[in-house]
Amino acid sequence: MGMELMSMTAVELGKKIQAKEISAVEAAQAAIDNIKKRDDTLNCFVTVDEEGALKRAKQVQAEIDAGRLSGPLAGVPVGIKDNMCVEGMLTTCSSKILSGFTPTYTATAVEKLHTAGAVIIGKTNMDEFAMGSTTETSYYGATKNPWDTSRVPGGSSGGSAAAVAGEEVPYALGSDTGGSIRQPAGFCGVTGVKPTYGRVSRYGLIAYGSSLDQIGPIAKDVTDCAAVLEAICGKDDRDSTSVSESGSDFTSALTGDVKGLKIGIPKDYFLKGLDTEVKAHVLEAAEALKLQGAVIEEFDLSLVEYAIPAYYIIASAEASSNLERFDGVKYGYRADSFTDLHNMYKKTRSEGFGAEVKRRIMLGAFVLSSGYFDAYYMKALRTKALIKQAFDRAFEKYDIILGPVAPTTALKLGDSLSDPIKMYLGDVYTVSVNLAGLPGISLPCGYDSKGLPVGLQLLGRHFDEKTMLRAAYAFEQTRQYERAPFVKGGQANE
Amino acid sequence: MQITDETIEYVGILAKLELSGEEREQAKKDMSNMLDYVGMLNELDTEGVEPMSHAFPIHNVFREDEVTNGDDRENMLLNAPEAKEGTYVVPKTFN
Repeated sequence: MGMELMSMTAVELGKKIQAKEISAVEAAQAAIDNIKKRDDTLNCFVTVDEEGALKRAKQVQAEIDAGRLSGPLAGVPVGIKDNMCVEGMLTTCSSKILSGFTPTYTATAVEKLHTAGAVIIGKTNMDEFAMGSTTETSYYGATKNPWDTSRVPGGSSGGSAAAVAGEEVPYALGSDTGGSIRQPAGFCGVTGVKPTYGRVSRYGLIAYGSSLDQIGPIAKDVTDCAAVLEAICGKDDRDSTSVSESGSDFTSALTGDVKGLKIGIPKDYFLKGLDTEVKAHVLEAAEALKLQGAVIEEFDLSLVEYAIPAYYIIASAEASSNLERFDGVKYGYRADSFTDLHNMYKKTRSEGFGAEVKRRIMLGAFVLSSGYFDAYYMKALRTKALIKQAFDRAFEKYDIILGPVAPTTALKLGDSLSDPIKMYLGDVYTVSVNLAGLPGISLPCGYDSKGLPVGLQLLGRHFDEKTMLRAAYAFEQTRQYERAPFVKGGQANE
Repeated sequence: MQITDETIEYVGILAKLELSGEEREQAKKDMSNMLDYVGMLNELDTEGVEPMSHAFPIHNVFREDEVTNGDDRENMLLNAPEAKEGTYVVPKTFN
């Protein structure tokens, strides 16, 4: 019974709960059962709140029975990436330095899901402080990909993506600073949306690169993502970069009609470094949209190779500033022995942060230091302006930009850790979207000869998620959702 | 760009990180590689381009300076590695 419940989409499950065919408690129990059964292998969750989830599910069911909760997500279980604060629930950013941290408040996006009747099952694993593309930099161990447990799920929201593909929860929240929702969704054969910067409040999201971070949904399909986005979006007084924009009735955009839609394919996304099978599947997806009446054209986006260096300078600079707060005074880990206050800060941070986090903090401190600030940081901000202009020009001609999510399918565990720059290059198709503040969606568009999912990425104009979701939905209608071998029992399951 | 012992020492002070001998050598190597890589931006002519920190024009956002949250001191102090009499405890800072 449990297995079947979690193989439904969030919206399907929500309908059955509204129809009283399934109770919110049964749904929560099914999620917990599947986690108990599978998470020893997959390691998607850092924290599972069994008792709290079941108690909450009972309350939600009572609200539903009383006719006070009727939304599509009421009673549906959800996993929350471990960088979003949830009051009373351990929140670690998958870092040792936040071990034992229990927030006294809840992130706005999570609070909004709560209002919609969501039942939070627990916190999902991630790269430490969202710095990584594989979920291997987690202090709490790597997450495994349900398509092949010898491979990474992608990252940094790898726990969220693998928990959805692994059918431990129907949907999850992730965060995306340089591709951290889209790339793991692509690697795990599920669907993820990085909304326009400002669409979703960042209040309560533990900051990495504040000018780039954005919370979004990871789910089995476009319909779920639209429903979740509708629930979490909107202006929030507690995040002054959040905006109140119209066009947030995302579900209404899922018409299946793409006739006359202008889709641009950046030629420079299909040059060196792109796996030939990934390329073939992505171009097939473009063909499928063309058959439905979209107008497809190739163009030169330009500046593609400069996005990664600009991104790593800006993100590291912001990280070095944002992560100053972890000093062993107010929360989390404190070194056992030290000589004085300054030594306590240094020892706490040196023992509490992992290698990748230290690497980025140091790079950030360097590019912000006097003498190097103009040459690196300001140069990166000027490059960011040029990249934004390149996208603006493209969106004068096209409604949608179509390309791959990542140059390859999921890599083997351990393959990326030895060479940081090689890992960074995997973000080539995703980081520019964060620099330009654009919305992007990742959804499955095929499987390579190893049987691994290939991700398709569609980008829209600022605050035009609706057109992007419309195109994604139309493409999705040409395919069937494929379940991961791990949940079908094709791979050693127990 | 070659990273000297002096530079990595300085960055360690800025970043409040203490590196072991081995970590230090690795950090020098990693930072040097990364700076060489991001140095690629120098190929770009950005003369006259305004640095962009925010992707779209959101100007100053004002609100009334009103207290909306309550006193949550006791709960917040529960997260402290060490607390005493409603305050955070830190190592002695002067003699």
